Amino acid sequence: MAVAALEGDAGPGVDRTSLKTKLRRAERLNRARSFSLVAPLLLFVLAVFALPIGLMLVRSVENTEVRDSLPRTMVALESWDGTATPGEGVFAAFAEDLVQTQKDRTTALVGKRINYEVPGARSRFLKAGRLIDAGGGGPWKDKFLANDAEWGSVDFWAIMKRAGGVMTPYYLLTSLDLRQDATGAVSWNFADQSIFLEIFYRTIWISFMVTLATLILGYPVAHLLAILPPKHANMLMILVLLPFTTSILVRTTAWIVLLQSNGVLNDALLALNITTERVQLIFNRFGTVLAMTHIQLPFTILPIYSVMKSIPASHLRAARSLGAGPLTAFVSVYMPQTLPGVGAGCLLTFILSLGYYITPALVGGPQDQMVSYFVALYTNREMNWGQASALGAILLLITLVLYAVFNRLVGIDKVKLG
Amino acid sequence: MRLPVSAKESFVEFAGVQKTYDGEVLVVKDLSLRIRRGEFLTLLGPSGSGKTTTLMMLAGFETPTAGDIMLDGNRIDALPPEKRNIGMVFQNYALFPHMSVAQNVGYPLKVRGVSKAETAERVVKALDMVELGSFAARMPGQLSGGQQQRVALARALVFEPKLVLMDEPLGALDKQLREHMQMEIRHLHERLGITVVYVTHDQSEALTMSDRVAVFNAGIIQQVAPPSELYESPANSFVAQFIGENNRLPGRIEAANGTLCSVVLGSGEVVSATLTSAAGVGQNCLLSIRPERVKIAPPDGAVDNRFEAEIAEVIYLGDHVRVRCRLDGGSEVVVKVSNVEDRPVLDIGSRIPLGWRAQDCRALDAA
Repeated sequence: MAVAALEGDAGPGVDRTSLKTKLRRAERLNRARSFSLVAPLLLFVLAVFALPIGLMLVRSVENTEVRDSLPRTMVALESWDGTATPGEGVFAAFAEDLVQTQKDRTTALVGKRINYEVPGARSRFLKAGRLIDAGGGGPWKDKFLANDAEWGSVDFWAIMKRAGGVMTPYYLLTSLDLRQDATGAVSWNFADQSIFLEIFYRTIWISFMVTLATLILGYPVAHLLAILPPKHANMLMILVLLPFTTSILVRTTAWIVLLQSNGVLNDALLALNITTERVQLIFNRFGTVLAMTHIQLPFTILPIYSVMKSIPASHLRAARSLGAGPLTAFVSVYMPQTLPGVGAGCLLTFILSLGYYITPALVGGPQDQMVSYFVALYTNREMNWGQASALGAILLLITLVLYAVFNRLVGIDKVKLG
Repeated sequence: MRLPVSAKESFVEFAGVQKTYDGEVLVVKDLSLRIRRGEFLTLLGPSGSGKTTTLMMLAGFETPTAGDIMLDGNRIDALPPEKRNIGMVFQNYALFPHMSVAQNVGYPLKVRGVSKAETAERVVKALDMVELGSFAARMPGQLSGGQQQRVALARALVFEPKLVLMDEPLGALDKQLREHMQMEIRHLHERLGITVVYVTHDQSEALTMSDRVAVFNAGIIQQVAPPSELYESPANSFVAQFIGENNRLPGRIEAANGTLCSVVLGSGEVVSATLTSAAGVGQNCLLSIRPERVKIAPPDGAVDNRFEAEIAEVIYLGDHVRVRCRLDGGSEVVVKVSNVEDRPVLDIGSRIPLGWRAQDCRALDAA
């Protein structure tokens, strides 16, 4: 009876299509409603997160300086075959461009861009600028060569021509300690300019040590949190979360007070005759890892805790009743089940550590500065945004690769953060 | 069966066991219980009655505050759970989700250092025993509740323990599957000859499966007896109430004569009842009569107690009809009438005679 009635409702033929239309309409309304709920956040994220990252990625290959400032030179170079010093035509176009850049005060900017690839190019450009300012007319080729013999270098003009392209791999290559010579061949950069691989390696190594330290310190705490009765667990949870209530800057500064040569810890060590002289505890790798570990602990603990919380106590009991000692039961039954949490907590801490800036800057030595420090350096001091963006892009790539590996090994869907 | 278990026969013995968690309330008060080798004993009681605590003490997860627990003649109080060699099946199966069915079942053998070849062989045997031979490679999450339950059983039996504990193992299953599993566990017990201590709060489950049932309430064993005795001769009003249905009529024992006594109900009727050790002459008591033992329109001489009553309610339940009757004195009695072809006509408001035998009516404590 019931079945017949249900079929009757759906109706034969005509009714069914209208039913589908109705369903679609109802669903469309629901979709619109749920979209309107997320829309503000979506727009916000797009505007302040996705867009800046996109711009950063673009800037890491962007190459506007030469194109914008020396358009005539670039047109003239198009027909240059690259075997000998360009002819008068190129130099004349170059002189014409320089008149404009002198007026726009962008000569130094172009010089700086070329200087990245040809050391000394900036002063050569400034010198050429003064030559233009001195006035007079062509022919320009001899005038330039007289001004600086390097204007006659074929390699220099080859690099100039390349620097006029829409995009450049220069910043990304430099970030990986690679360089492109005048012919375009890629090789390892000169030793005195190869710093970035070492910095990336250092960043990853510090992040790894911080991750390991938070795991070793945090795993037992997470376990305790998961097995304590709620009253005590709440108290402990507050203690775990307490660091979140103070700013990173304050906490980092507190470490300086504690660890500096005349700090509390050194005083105590001396007073207790544990050490005979003051120990360098800060402005080195130890201080950096210590302070970062402190800040990152909750990020490692919470995902592990939430996974542990979901493991029934009966599993350990079952293992014991089946003949496993306490340690065997823990290792063979409990620990494997905590792996998704361990993976999530470690991934979170590792990725966050990769981007650390303020803590290593304050409590680390020169040898402990991580990639972010150099991003800031290139952004604020060197005004080389291309280089800063390229470093950021590679850091982003490392993060994504890590994420993909984690997803493959553990499965991101197994992670619960609440 | 009705004889108490002698010290020689006993396989598991609780002697004067007490347990308190907070030092104030005794969860288990003075528990003394002997369990025979090969017996299926059920601990039955409402939640918080101490039955699970008793089981956990036997398994080794709780230590008794006082008293001894003996297993096969040895004190086991100080033995950790893994040294007791007791198989246990948990309420929610407690299968390890990161291990396959075969690894789960093989776990007790692996931790005992049994060789790989022998483990594989015994796992196959254990899985065949619960008819899951083809599921060895599956993960527990891919199994239904009933299948998980069987894996848990196989895992608890694979290392051939002499004693198996089960803590409400069927609680999470639906009714039909539960009844099926009850029989399966019962048959396994018979086939393997193991001793089983089973905890449940479901009285019909206890009656179906057990050789004997220990009824717990408030940390005390109220009665230990085979199911039939528990149902027919409950020792006190708690057991009578907890096992099956019963009519409870408060009254006072006026006189006793051998095994019989006469009880005056609050409304003045005098009832002839069976005297029990739960109440004595001059004391208030609670008469307990099973609904199916009350006869409607009994022939002369068939019952010792006969009353006139009015039908207040009739509930049709298919195989039987429940009739709520009001005695003239005001007491209410529920009668179960089998739905046979010649059952009497039951109309609400009509007056009928009803009655019961003195031996079907027990005078229990008034508590």
